[in-house]
Amino acid sequence: MSDGPSAVGEGGTPAPPAEKPAWERDPVVPEWRDADDDPLAAALREALPEAIRSVKTFAGDLTFDVERERLADVARELKTAHGFSLIVDVCGADYPNREPRFDVVVHLASLPPDRAYRVVRLKTQTDEATPVPTLTGVYRGANWPEREVFDMYGVRFEGHPDMTRILLWEGFNGHPLRKEFPVEGIDTGAAIYSEHYGETMGPVAGTGTGWKPPKPAPPVSDETEEGGAK
Amino acid sequence: MGLKVLDEMGDSGAIESNVLTTTYDKIFNWARRSAIWPMQFGLACCAIEMMAVLDPRHDMSRFGAEVFRATPRQSDLMIVAGTVTEKMAPIVKRLWDQMPEPKWSIAMGACATCGGPYRTYAVTQGVDRVIPVDVYVPGCPPRPEALLWGLLHLQRKIDRMTVAGGAGAKLVPRIGEAKR
Amino acid sequence: MSTPNGAPDPSSDRLFTGEEMELSFGPQHPATHGVLRLNLKIEGERIVGCYPIIGYLHRGTEKLFELHPFFQNVPHTDRMDYIAAATNNLAYVGAVEKLVGLTVPPRARYIRTILAELQRISSHLVWLATHAIDIGAMTPFFYCFRERERVLDLFEQYCGARLTLNCMRPGGLPFDLPAGWADTCRRFCEDYPAKIDEYEGLLTENRIWKRRTVGVGVLSPEAALDLGVTGPMLRASGIGFDLRKVRPYEAYGEVEFAVPTAQNGDTYDRYIVRMAEMRESTKIVLQCLDLLPATEGGPIMAKRPRVLKGPKGEVYHGIEGPKGEIGFYIVGDGTPNPYRCHVRPPSFMNLQSLPDLANGHLVADLVALIGSTDIVLGEVDR
Repeated sequence: MSDGPSAVGEGGTPAPPAEKPAWERDPVVPEWRDADDDPLAAALREALPEAIRSVKTFAGDLTFDVERERLADVARELKTAHGFSLIVDVCGADYPNREPRFDVVVHLASLPPDRAYRVVRLKTQTDEATPVPTLTGVYRGANWPEREVFDMYGVRFEGHPDMTRILLWEGFNGHPLRKEFPVEGIDTGAAIYSEHYGETMGPVAGTGTGWKPPKPAPPVSDETEEGGAK
Repeated sequence: MGLKVLDEMGDSGAIESNVLTTTYDKIFNWARRSAIWPMQFGLACCAIEMMAVLDPRHDMSRFGAEVFRATPRQSDLMIVAGTVTEKMAPIVKRLWDQMPEPKWSIAMGACATCGGPYRTYAVTQGVDRVIPVDVYVPGCPPRPEALLWGLLHLQRKIDRMTVAGGAGAKLVPRIGEAKR
Repeated sequence: MSTPNGAPDPSSDRLFTGEEMELSFGPQHPATHGVLRLNLKIEGERIVGCYPIIGYLHRGTEKLFELHPFFQNVPHTDRMDYIAAATNNLAYVGAVEKLVGLTVPPRARYIRTILAELQRISSHLVWLATHAIDIGAMTPFFYCFRERERVLDLFEQYCGARLTLNCMRPGGLPFDLPAGWADTCRRFCEDYPAKIDEYEGLLTENRIWKRRTVGVGVLSPEAALDLGVTGPMLRASGIGFDLRKVRPYEAYGEVEFAVPTAQNGDTYDRYIVRMAEMRESTKIVLQCLDLLPATEGGPIMAKRPRVLKGPKGEVYHGIEGPKGEIGFYIVGDGTPNPYRCHVRPPSFMNLQSLPDLANGHLVADLVALIGSTDIVLGEVDR
């Protein structure tokens, strides 16, 4: 805090009115920023120069865009040299309008007392046919999350000890979290478990109330709602 | 034993105090409804409210149904508490088949009744697509009092059973019976 | 290992030699706390292999998240970790607030902290009740549920629901506290430590309890981090990592509380850690109740647009739930719906450690282990 001017201000100008608290002002929407000056980014770029494509932050989260083949190397470097000892999560995302369509997103954390607490994100892109190197050699806890990514998106992980579906069953038709997969599913009960259900029993897709998933909301004018609603 | 004993007793109330007249239906139904043994079949959130029915405040044992058996072979009632997924549905069917007659089922909660909020690729839209259901208890999750209501409703349903024609749970709708 | 004529070798320390059996433990089983299936390879009573099969409660929640606007997804988050719905809500709305740039007013922060800590108490009560009854102690079940009913009464007075609460919104809270709620809550918190003493009196020094839990399922700290284990399981192995201290969110920066840890990482230590956490939660609630009157009449919802649209970006926000770090990875795309909303469930990662913990133990120890990992299948499968 600088030794500032008195409340009256320089040259007798009146002090600005007290700022409204943050929850009474409009929300400050975060933006993507380049983060090449971050020390961790610099250290990683030095150790693995061609593995990191870009470094950005959004809302304070540091995100590394990594070459697909080098994903495990980057994770290993973060674990051994920078103390990111906790694997938080491995997940996927689907951007069908983009080639390659799938994102694989890894979150790692470093913990006190050895390091300050920090979470970083590693992202890489792949398509249906190309596997991503597995992280199970670096973190054993990546085993089930990678199986889930395979189950939900169809992305394979090369070198994974048990690349099978985890949440859905053997023989499920499709990969549910892909954007073109309908939420009610394609085949259901009678088709899958015919030996249990027989011909007339069992769930059948498309029957029932005829509910259809809602279309995304049309753009509306942004009328702000006054804070202070009690 | 015979009339002679009764004469010596000299008490015309001897018959009333020693002999019970009833019907098979009443006795069997009374026994069955008063000591229903549910099977522990909590699948999801409703299971926690099912556990809460056993707690000191709601106390299901007042109604005779506190003995939850782990095995279907020893239970009468399957309370399907929670979402039945497609992966779980054949197992529900197998457990239902393993329960001996007479058996009943309560579909507890919105998911077991009709799929609940989950109209998705992995959820069976109601357990009645897999097993026959006697009582539906709506709610998400239903309060423990609602499950007790379901149990009492089932008890009233059991009262309408008849043993004629075998041990199966046959219901006889009686003409003129008052709506409950 | 077996003698030439096939009889078991008496000098071997294996209980049963030569024949492995495969046993499916679950998915319907009183001790699996939901629909968990474990394929066990056992030799007699000793487990030599354990392969969990999950997915029996997979309901497609992450797909449903993409179909609804941000505020409509809050009830879906309740139903994942259904024993601790308020912490799920808190993690989700925290992630949305981070994405959209909302700041929560102080009164809402204190109330959200109180709700989250009450939910931690009620989650640990269910854990203790089911863990104890699996091992054979029936009485704690009734005692714990008796207290839990008081907590659920508080939630019901606040938001109308006992279990699936839907009690938070992006930006703050839907309702302010009803009149008298703070006093009822304070009375509960003042009564509660004596009840924890009752449970500890039944179990902590109990010889049978100790024989069933001491030394069962030792998890080393390195293995825990490698497997992604967080929460009381990690703290019982000696690593005092608690997101409430390390990166304070809501009102945790303004209250004093300790983070209990233990050294051995066995089932008994996990029990001790969770019992101590219940006491700390009571302290946090009392401190927040003391901080509340200063914000009397203040806003409980931030200023936000009527239609909350997520900017084109992505965030990860994790909080310390009763079972571990529960986090949400949300990708916005400029529309009112999230483009992708992924849940990082603590029980999913904690359950990965079960095969390592169970190896070499008896089947009866497995029951104690499942209880001490404190898993909720709604969260594991989503």
